Amino acid sequence: MTVESTAAARKPRRSSKRTSAAKTPAKTPGTSGPELVQLLTPEGERVEHPDYSIDLSADELRALYRDMVLTRRFDAEATALQRQGELGLWASLLGQEAAQIGSGRALRDDDYVFPTYREHGVAWCRGVDPTNLLGMFRGVNHGGWDPNTNNFHLYTIVIGSQTLHATGYAMGVAKDGADSAVIAYFGDGASSQGDVAEAFTFSAVYNAPVVFFCQNNQWAISEPTEKQTRVPLYQRAQGFGFPGVRVDGNDVLACLAVTRSALERARRGEGPTLVEAFTYRMGAHTTSDDPTKYRADEERASWEAKDPILRLRTYLENEGAADEAFFTGLDEESETLGKRVREAVRSMPQPDRMAIFDHAYADGSALVDEERAQFAAYQASFAEEGK
Amino acid sequence: MAMEKMSIAKALNESLRKALDTDPKVLIMGEDVGKLGGVFRITDGLQKDFGEGRVIDTPLAESGIVGTAIGLALRGYRPVVEIQFDGFVFPAYDQIVTQLAKMHARSLGKIKLPVVVRIPYGGGIGAVEHHSESPEALFAHVAGLKVVSPSNASDAYWMMQQAVQSDDPVIFFEPKRRYWDKGEVDTESIPGGLHRASVARTGTDLTLVAYGPMVKVCLEAAAAAQEEGKSVEVVDLRSMSPIDFDAIQASVEKTRRLVVVHEAPVFYGSGAEIAARITERCFYHLEAPVLRVGGYHVPYPPARLEDEYLPGLDRVLDAVDRSLAY
Repeated sequence: MTVESTAAARKPRRSSKRTSAAKTPAKTPGTSGPELVQLLTPEGERVEHPDYSIDLSADELRALYRDMVLTRRFDAEATALQRQGELGLWASLLGQEAAQIGSGRALRDDDYVFPTYREHGVAWCRGVDPTNLLGMFRGVNHGGWDPNTNNFHLYTIVIGSQTLHATGYAMGVAKDGADSAVIAYFGDGASSQGDVAEAFTFSAVYNAPVVFFCQNNQWAISEPTEKQTRVPLYQRAQGFGFPGVRVDGNDVLACLAVTRSALERARRGEGPTLVEAFTYRMGAHTTSDDPTKYRADEERASWEAKDPILRLRTYLENEGAADEAFFTGLDEESETLGKRVREAVRSMPQPDRMAIFDHAYADGSALVDEERAQFAAYQASFAEEGK
Repeated sequence: MAMEKMSIAKALNESLRKALDTDPKVLIMGEDVGKLGGVFRITDGLQKDFGEGRVIDTPLAESGIVGTAIGLALRGYRPVVEIQFDGFVFPAYDQIVTQLAKMHARSLGKIKLPVVVRIPYGGGIGAVEHHSESPEALFAHVAGLKVVSPSNASDAYWMMQQAVQSDDPVIFFEPKRRYWDKGEVDTESIPGGLHRASVARTGTDLTLVAYGPMVKVCLEAAAAAQEEGKSVEVVDLRSMSPIDFDAIQASVEKTRRLVVVHEAPVFYGSGAEIAARITERCFYHLEAPVLRVGGYHVPYPPARLEDEYLPGLDRVLDAVDRSLAY
């Protein structure tokens, strides 16, 4: 930017800062929004929405249920493995299964996903083997899967960065004349990052086929949503010139319908959409923090009543869409998955020590070559001493 | 042979034109790069000839520019982005350091990010704050990035070609006060590798190492020293990451004295790295400690004082004298 434009851009921002916000009571914005797309109530009752209709077969409903149950089982296993010292860290998705499975199952194979570090359910939908997600948390790699095999980018730790990558990728999709879409995941905390605002700007300006899927799980580590925003998050989109919609993030049907609609809009060349999935993180941000220090037990209890898996189970049972054999079979499948994950983690090989020098550069580097040789010689000196 | 005399600015423009023409995946992105042709006119006329889809005026958001360029590269494009001035790169520093530099390694080589980040850098043009800085060491320190700076028109032309073709991200520092210096460019034969240093002037008594805007100062200093009977060799580093230590070593083994010159602050600067490595490599060849000439550990001063801050002929010659006095 030029000096002139810097000055011009910054001045009004400063002067307007104080006037509007000062006296508004610090109520939690975004917890009492008027619009919340819902197709399945917490009691498991099917309701209609004028803009988002969905008609799924019993098979499809059971498939969504299976996805959520297995994802939760995988997540629970990973949490347990962290407690047993097998993983250095884990970011649990407990409570966010509907947001992830609903949006993940709305995607086409040729769509591209840019996740944060908590999108285990989306990864599941993309066909990424869940054991591959654990390498980073065990400390044997920084990724563990080829992003282009399943069109599922590597996890991104610095929050919000990936929304720009998604936008750029979507700009490329549009340039290629392809009709696929891109989805970027981020959280309510990341919505405060400049990169997310810049991604909104770029995507709107270039009409990029990208869906911004914000899982508002109410807490950014210990900071509640009111520390991030004074307006409901989905309303941010309006200021950037594209639609924002809030969906019940614990309703897998609504998440599927809303995301599908946003993706179709992107495919039609109508640009980005912000989807705010209103949900709740039932556990800690990661296994490193203690949510009992920053939030009340009653709050968690109130969200337990909105559990995404229970409500779909109630619906399946009431509709006669699943019998006892289905649920029993799924329990067994869950245990098999848990066992497979546990064994896979424990048998992950220690990476080759020389691997630290691999892939620093695509074209190679004389400096890295020199240091690799020094390191190899140093290691070899131990072998010689031992003889 | 297609020898042509052109300015560094023109050489960069011609090089970018050739890159756009050769590879449909190459894109130019940045603030004001389209109709205006960039504040230094490096992209002059390119949007007119290649269209708004190839030469893209961006919102005024540096992180957005680099972040979306990463996304475009993931999709198979080869973006060349312009950061308007050195001091404006910091909003993009996060994307460059945490994402651009690391994605190839963390994907175990599955992802390539052929992104060139062009940064007009350095002082000497009487600019206001944030328009004259030399932050190259901040980028050279980061593994995964390649950092280069041409000092003449021929290198500007060819190094840009090589940077665009590189599968690694390249931070391309353009010495803005030399944009209008002219030199011969052979647009047909590639002179040398992107990361190879070149001997800009041969000598036997002392080696001066410099890059970008300081090469000219060092050549002038060597010419002045010649009049006093001192034979000074000038090595144009060209690449700050990786560094061609073999070339510096070869020169120092001959001259036995080394002075490193750059505009950036001396403290933690490129000169420190060069001094340390060359001391390790050439300890028994050196007749004097490696000396450094550069900026002070202060914010870049107002334009009326920049001549005091920037290494000039006299400061370089003073260092030459100090080295030869050992």
